[in-house]
Amino acid sequence: MTQLSQSAVRDLLRIVIVGHVDHGKSTLVGRLLHDTNSLPQGKVEEIRAMSDRRGMPFEYAFLMDALQAERDQGITIDTSQIWFNTEKRNYVIIDAPGHKEFLKNMITGAAQSDAALLIIDAVEGVREQSRRHGYLLHLLGIRQVAVAINKMDLVGYSQQRFEEVAQEFRSYLNDLGVVPTFILPVSAREGENLTRRSAAMDWYTGPAVVEALDCFVSEPLSSDLPLRLPVQDVYKFDERRIIAGRIESGRVTVGDEILFSPSNKTARVKSLEVWPDTLASPSRALAGYSVGLTLDEQIFVERGDTISHVRNAPIETDVFRARLFWLGHDPLITGKSYKLKLNTSEVQVQVQKIESVIDTGDLSLSQPVSVERNQVAEVILRARRMLALDAFNDKPATGRFVLVDGYDIAGGGIISMEGYADQRQLITQRATNIVRVEQGISDEERARMNGHRGGVIWFTGLSGAGKSTLSVELERRLFEKGYSVYVLDGDNIRFGLNANLGFSPEDRSENIRRVGEVAALFARAGMIALTAFISPYRSDRDRARAAAPGCFHEVYVKADVQTCESRDPKGLYKKARSGEIKEFTGVSAPYEEPAAAELVLDTAKHSIEECMAQLITYIEANFSLRAMSRKAG
Amino acid sequence: MNHLDQLENKSVFILREAFNRLDKIGMLWSLGKDSNVMIWLAKKAFFGHVPFPVIHVDTGKKFKEMYEFRDRYVKEWNLTLIRDTCPPLEDMDPSLPAAARSAARKTAGLKKVQDREQFSGLIAGIRRDEQATRAKERVFSPRGQEGQWDFRDQPPEFWDQYKTDYPPGTHIRIHPLLHWTELDIWQYTKRENIPTIGLYYSKNGKRYRSLGDEDITFPVDSQAATIDEIIAELQTTNISERAGRAMDHEAEDSFERLRADGYL
Repeated sequence: MTQLSQSAVRDLLRIVIVGHVDHGKSTLVGRLLHDTNSLPQGKVEEIRAMSDRRGMPFEYAFLMDALQAERDQGITIDTSQIWFNTEKRNYVIIDAPGHKEFLKNMITGAAQSDAALLIIDAVEGVREQSRRHGYLLHLLGIRQVAVAINKMDLVGYSQQRFEEVAQEFRSYLNDLGVVPTFILPVSAREGENLTRRSAAMDWYTGPAVVEALDCFVSEPLSSDLPLRLPVQDVYKFDERRIIAGRIESGRVTVGDEILFSPSNKTARVKSLEVWPDTLASPSRALAGYSVGLTLDEQIFVERGDTISHVRNAPIETDVFRARLFWLGHDPLITGKSYKLKLNTSEVQVQVQKIESVIDTGDLSLSQPVSVERNQVAEVILRARRMLALDAFNDKPATGRFVLVDGYDIAGGGIISMEGYADQRQLITQRATNIVRVEQGISDEERARMNGHRGGVIWFTGLSGAGKSTLSVELERRLFEKGYSVYVLDGDNIRFGLNANLGFSPEDRSENIRRVGEVAALFARAGMIALTAFISPYRSDRDRARAAAPGCFHEVYVKADVQTCESRDPKGLYKKARSGEIKEFTGVSAPYEEPAAAELVLDTAKHSIEECMAQLITYIEANFSLRAMSRKAG
Repeated sequence: MNHLDQLENKSVFILREAFNRLDKIGMLWSLGKDSNVMIWLAKKAFFGHVPFPVIHVDTGKKFKEMYEFRDRYVKEWNLTLIRDTCPPLEDMDPSLPAAARSAARKTAGLKKVQDREQFSGLIAGIRRDEQATRAKERVFSPRGQEGQWDFRDQPPEFWDQYKTDYPPGTHIRIHPLLHWTELDIWQYTKRENIPTIGLYYSKNGKRYRSLGDEDITFPVDSQAATIDEIIAELQTTNISERAGRAMDHEAEDSFERLRADGYL
C-alpha cells in the first residue's frame, strides 16, 4: 500500500452549528465561508442575482439554505454540510436547523460532529432551543462546545449585554455539568470576530471564531478502551468463513482469544482478511477499522453478537435505564414495545417505566405516562432477551441505541446501569465437567408420602408490604394442616448462606439467585418453600422461576410506598429517607412489579385474615393431592 | 488512522449494512470516478466479490471511452451487469429546461429498471460536496413508489443507525460516498491505483471534471494531465465540480426538481 505524506491528506474536523431559530446560524456559516475564501467562484453573485430577482435583500444565509423551500420560508429545514479550511486543517460544517419541528434533523447533524458551535442572539438572549440544543449536545456526548453570542452589532457591541447573556447560558450549562470551552461575542453579518479579532469589541480579549475552532481536537479513536467488535455479518463467498464488523473500541490481534456475547462462546482469531490479496494480511486492527476475521474453530456466530476479549467483556442484561430523546410522530408510551437497535443487534423492548420527563428549559422533572415528540426522558427498558451492552459513560459507542416505531427511527438514547446488575455472572456456568445424577425417588413418590406436592411460594413486594408476616402465618397454618413447609426469610439467609453478599445490584441479584436455587431444592425434596424477599428485579424472579420449573408460584404482596412507609416495621424507610441507607427499594432503587403473578394480595385494601384465606384456598387447590384428586374426580 | 482510511472504513461499514439489512440490492454504475471507487470499496467490503448486480442506466449518449471502460471492467472486476436503455426525449416533461429534460431521461430509465427488478435498495455514488441539495441527503434515503425524494421529511440518522425498515413498495437509496469530497475521491483513486477514464485528464488545455451525456457535459479549462496534477488543481480551485453539467445551471431550482423526482 502506498503511504501518503502527511501534508497530502489533511486532518478534518466536523463542527455542528446549532442554536435557536433565527439566531443567525446560516448567516454565520455563509459569512465564514465568504471570509475564508471557501466559496465556489460566482456563488455570491449567483445568490445576489437571485435575491434581486425576488426583490429581497441579499443574505449570507442564502448560501447555505440552498433549497427552494428554505428560501421561501427563510428557515433551514434539514441539516446541510459544507467544507472550508483554515491554515491549520479542513473543516466540515454541519448546519443544523434551529426550528423545534426539525429537531430530528438537528440531531442527525449534531451526532456526527466532533465539536459544536452554539449561536445565541445577543438581543433575544437565551431561548428554548438554545437550552434544548445545549442539553442535547451534552446527551449526544459532544464535549467541545463554543458559544457564539451573535448579532453584537444590534446591541452596539455592548460588553455588558454580552456578559449578561454569557452568564445566563453558562449557569445553565454548569447545571448540566458542562463547561463551555469558549464563549465569544460575534457579529456574523458584519464579519466581526469571525476570522479575525474585532476592532469594534476591543474589550474582548479571547479568540475569534476560527481561532476557537482551531483549538478543538479531532475525536480521539478509542483504541485504548476494551475491545468491542459488533458482528455485522458472516460471509461465505468462498471457502473462507469471514466474520465482518467494525471495531468500535479497542484492538484485536491474530491469536487473541475472543468472547462472543450474549451467546458466550469463545474462539481464537486465526486471521484478519483483506482485499486485494496482494496486500500483506495484517496481524492487528484498531478501533475504527471495518475488519473481517476468521476463527480457529467453526462456532455458530451471527449478526448482533459482540466480540470482546474474555476479560473486560460487555455487560449482559435484559433491563437497563436510558436517557432518551423522542422524535416519533406518536408519543412513547409505558408498556408499548419498540424495536431496539444497538450497534448491529436488534431486539424488541418494552417500556417498563417512564421515570421522568426532563424539561430542557429549566431541567425540572415530571412524571407523565408518555413522552411526546421532541422531549427528553429517563426510562427503564426491558428486552425480550439478553443483550450485550455498555454504560454510555464508560464506552459511548456501545452504550447507545435507537428505537424504531413501525418503520421509523423514533428516538435515541444512552444507557446507564445505575441500580441494575450485570447478569453475566448469574447466567454463566463456570464448571464444565459436571453431569446431572438421576434422583432415586421420583417427585410422585414424595408427593404420595407427604400428601401434597412440593413447590415454591415466592412472595415479592416492597419492604413493609407484609411478606414476612404473611409467610410466617402461612407456614404455621399449613404446618397445622399437615404440610411439610418452611420459610426462607431474607434476613435469616443473609446471616448464613449469603453472609458474603452486600447490597450492590450484582450482590442483590446473586442473593436472589441463591435463594431461588435453595427454594427449588426444598421443592424437589417434596416441601413447600415459602420465600419472603423484596426481590425487586423481574429478571431475578424469572430466573428463580426457571430454577423450579412447573412448581413456582409468584405471589405479589401489593401495597404502595406510602402505606409501607407508614408501617415501617424495621424503621428502614426512615433510614432511607435520611440517606443512611442508600439504594433502598421504593425510595432510591427500583421495584419492578410482576407482570403475571399467580396471585396478587393487596394488603393495603385487605386484612391479613382475608389474604390468608386467599392463600390457603390457592395452596389447597394447587398442592394438596386430596383437593386435586377431588377436583379431577 | 488517516483521513482516507476513515472514509474507506465508513463506506465499507455502510455497504455491509446495506447488503445485510436489505433484501435485494443493486449498485448504480455511471462509469465515472465516483462509482468506480464505489465498486472498489465493495470489493474491499466483500473480500474481492461484488455480491449484487451493478446497473448501468444507459442514455445511449455517453462518450465512446465510457463504453469501452465498461466493457473492459465488467470482465476484469467480475461484475454482474444490468444494462438498461432510457426512454426517448419526447417522453420527458416538456416544462423542464432543455438540458434538465435530457437528464430526466436517466431518471425515467432508472424507474424502468426499478419497476422490473423491484430492488429494495439501490446504491448510488453521490457526495455531499457535489451540490447543495445532495448535502442534505441521508446515507440511507427512502424513496416513494415512483422513486421520489421527500426532502421535507427525511428520517433521522445518527450513530450509524440507518433506516432499514420501510413499507412495501418503497425502496432505499444507499449513499456510501456521501461523506467524501471530490479531492478525497482522487486521493483515494491514486492510493489504491483504481482505473479511471482518460477523459478526466487534460488534453489541449481542457479536461472533464464530471462525466455525463456527451451533448450536455462540457470540459473545463485545466492543465492537469496526471492524477497528481488533478489533486494539486483541486487543492486550489474554487470552480464547482458540476460547472460543466448544463442541467444544473438553467434555472435556480432545476437540479432540485430533478432530484425530488428521483434523479440521483
